[in-house]
Amino acid sequence: MSESNGQHEKKRLESPPKSVKIKIQRRDNEKAQPRWETFEIPYRRNLNVISALMEIRKNPVTIDGKKTTPPVWDMSCLEQVCGICTMVIDGGVRQSCSALIDDLLLASGGDTVTLEPMSKFPNVRDLKVDRSRMFDHLKQVHAWIELDGTYDLGPGPHISNEIAQERYKYSRCMTCGCCLEACPQYSGDQYIGPQAIAQARLFNMHPTGKITIDERLEGLTGDDGITNCGNAQNCVQVCPMSIPLTRAIYETNRDMTVHALFGWLRK
Amino acid sequence: MTPNGLKIAIVGGGLAGLAAAMKIAEAGHEVDLISVVPVKRSHSVCAQGGINGAVNTKGEGDSPAKHLDDTVYGGDFLANQTPVKRMCDMAPQIIYLFDRMGVPFSRTKEGLMDFRRFGGTLHHRTAFAGASTGQQLLYALDEQVRKYEVAGKVNKYEGWEMLSLILDDHQVCRGLVAMNLQTLELKAFAADAVIMATGGPGLIFGKSTNSMTCTGSATSACYQQGARYGNGEFIQVHPTSIPGEDKLRLMSESARGEGGRVWVPRTKGDERKPKDIPESERWYFLEEKYPAFGNLVTRDIATREIFQVCLEGMGVGGENQVYLDLTHIPAETLTRKLGAILEIYEMFVGDDPRYVPMRIFPGVHYSMGGLWVDFEQRTSVPGLFAAGECDYSIHGANRLGANSLVSCVYGGFTAAPSAIEYAKNVERGKTETNGIHEAELKRQQEINEAIIKNEGTENQYKLHEELGKWMTDNVTVVRYNDRLKATDDKLLELIDRFKHISINDSNLWATQAVPHARQLWNMLQLARVITLGALNRNESRGAHYKPEFPERDDEHWMKSTIAEYSEEAPVFSYESIDTSLVEPRKRDYSSKKSAAAKVPRPGSELKSEGREEMLAREGEQIRKGESIKE
Repeated sequence: MSESNGQHEKKRLESPPKSVKIKIQRRDNEKAQPRWETFEIPYRRNLNVISALMEIRKNPVTIDGKKTTPPVWDMSCLEQVCGICTMVIDGGVRQSCSALIDDLLLASGGDTVTLEPMSKFPNVRDLKVDRSRMFDHLKQVHAWIELDGTYDLGPGPHISNEIAQERYKYSRCMTCGCCLEACPQYSGDQYIGPQAIAQARLFNMHPTGKITIDERLEGLTGDDGITNCGNAQNCVQVCPMSIPLTRAIYETNRDMTVHALFGWLRK
Repeated sequence: MTPNGLKIAIVGGGLAGLAAAMKIAEAGHEVDLISVVPVKRSHSVCAQGGINGAVNTKGEGDSPAKHLDDTVYGGDFLANQTPVKRMCDMAPQIIYLFDRMGVPFSRTKEGLMDFRRFGGTLHHRTAFAGASTGQQLLYALDEQVRKYEVAGKVNKYEGWEMLSLILDDHQVCRGLVAMNLQTLELKAFAADAVIMATGGPGLIFGKSTNSMTCTGSATSACYQQGARYGNGEFIQVHPTSIPGEDKLRLMSESARGEGGRVWVPRTKGDERKPKDIPESERWYFLEEKYPAFGNLVTRDIATREIFQVCLEGMGVGGENQVYLDLTHIPAETLTRKLGAILEIYEMFVGDDPRYVPMRIFPGVHYSMGGLWVDFEQRTSVPGLFAAGECDYSIHGANRLGANSLVSCVYGGFTAAPSAIEYAKNVERGKTETNGIHEAELKRQQEINEAIIKNEGTENQYKLHEELGKWMTDNVTVVRYNDRLKATDDKLLELIDRFKHISINDSNLWATQAVPHARQLWNMLQLARVITLGALNRNESRGAHYKPEFPERDDEHWMKSTIAEYSEEAPVFSYESIDTSLVEPRKRDYSSKKSAAAKVPRPGSELKSEGREEMLAREGEQIRKGESIKE
């Protein structure tokens, strides 16, 4: 939030353009060659990338007057809490619902906003990608608490508010994939990446979760495990939820060392 | 299907669907879980404020009986009381279970869960995890269900949309047909029972606080195949949303729960910045009219008051907006308690609500109505169950804040054993081989082909916009019979024009045009249920308000509305309400005397000096922005 600079009211475009150009990388399906199409829509103060795309979808005609297919993209909550609408906007990966056209033009100084799909995941069509492997990664690290059953056993363990607040930061991860898109080490199946490590950390910090820490760390010891992190720290820069991803990696590494040590002692 | 095991299909992977999936998998049965989006991205993530349960950890003498009373009173006595009581009794267990699952609830100094106050109650009954409680609860269930997925008990079909039920000759549900949203492939899912958990129909109103997946399409399909739809006309308009180009973003009730004050300048056209307007020249209209509850009156009342103030031209800058002001509370406190929702405001509007009052206006938020269910979550179609926002039980004519999350989980936890019990005993006959699955698949395939082939001049997205505008203008906060009638005529026109749409997409791979067309048709059908239900109901109750009939009329209308599909128009009938636990009384949040006449348990007598004193004192404290101390 903008406490530090004393600016409590938003900076806006002073002389906004009459129209704004939206340049979109199109692709008919995963195997098709990408191509570019540019559209022009009337400028309005509160436009975000989603409402621009909705406007284009209603009548998909390019700036050259060519009728084309409606662009395909994913969207759901539009409040930056479901993670589905992530794409690469003016070169940066982020959610398109919270990308305001006004801010983008202010930042670029131009009259065009460029949209591309995330590049680290299989493309489906246009701006839509398949991120299902991120959910598989959550299986790999056992990102859950083991329960004896869902029947009534009273409340959970006492937890200090400090620990609860620390865990809350990690628990806001919406599996959007920004961290993986920005990570130079992540491509395909070679590295599990920051999101899964942070989710392992989330449960390792919980008094009940701690009991099964070995299972979670086990999921991070393989060829695609935590040691692939090259410490570029891009992940923490792009995370829309400001999750302390590098701290999760550091602390999990520390847990692994202890784990390896005691694992060896137990043998 | 495993030899002795059962297979149950669940449509929808939000809180209700995942709650049911977890229970069924835990009982050892198999689940097919069908969801339009990866379940972790379901609309439940948008719930911000918290989850209600009378745990009474603050020494306030709270109890499930009081939770029941607040809920049925807040719902203006339209809900059947037995399921509400069951939910309120189960609520503390539900919250404790989430605590065990590792939800990072805010804690007290002792390390216990902390609770906050919400609208329509005087107790600290709402557990919360920051200001993203829905997200946190959904993730907890998502994690548990993922564990069962690994164990082979849950098969997820994410990116699939349900199109219709598979019914046998006796109208018994034997499964469903769904469409793969990438390939447009249709598949018949055979099941011993089907649970609907598909959420609300906010998209019928165009812009709402709902996610873009909340079309009500699947519930509408069930209705069109014979399932009864209850209380459709009861649509909650949330008093505080942030108007946007693409949607209305919710500003959680917790902003008022933590002391937020609603006001406008006393003088029309006052153009000063809010901080330059002195206290005496501000009109805190909710506090003035409802001294006991102040800014925390129920949602329907807050919405109508804000709407009315703007209608009279008293809105900020003469526009449809009023201030929701938190600036009297220390910035640090706000960040800690409301960080996530304040970030949403700052992200989409730009101003920092810790220093600049927010500008808000009511927005369509929740459907109290939905598929009719009995007290065991069974719909009127044998083999079909419903849970969560898509069922009509629990909330009556108006939902209390933080009751939605608990009702979703309660619904899922009740539907699951109910569906298992049904599936164990259902006569199967030859349903696997008698061709009903193929027949329904073929019927749906033909509908898709007709849509794809159509080359009319109508644009489906523009039809959707028209639908949204008409519904928002005429079937939300204030309702007039002539306008409701005109809206139904408009809906008939839109249904006719729908037949002339062109999908406008030559590439069928992952096209969003065909699914949207299917959704739009279903939305139009459900819109008629909402509109005509409102037209018929000549009284005012909860969220349903008619200036021509401003009073609640228990003699004629303390009844559930039941709509059944016919091609011509929905057929309406009415069903009496179960009021076995709390005697209906007039709802009045302006006075302190809202005591219950009858409560179901000894020791929970509300009509005491203590409660009224507490009401007055807390109302005063809330107005001053203080936290409530016992």
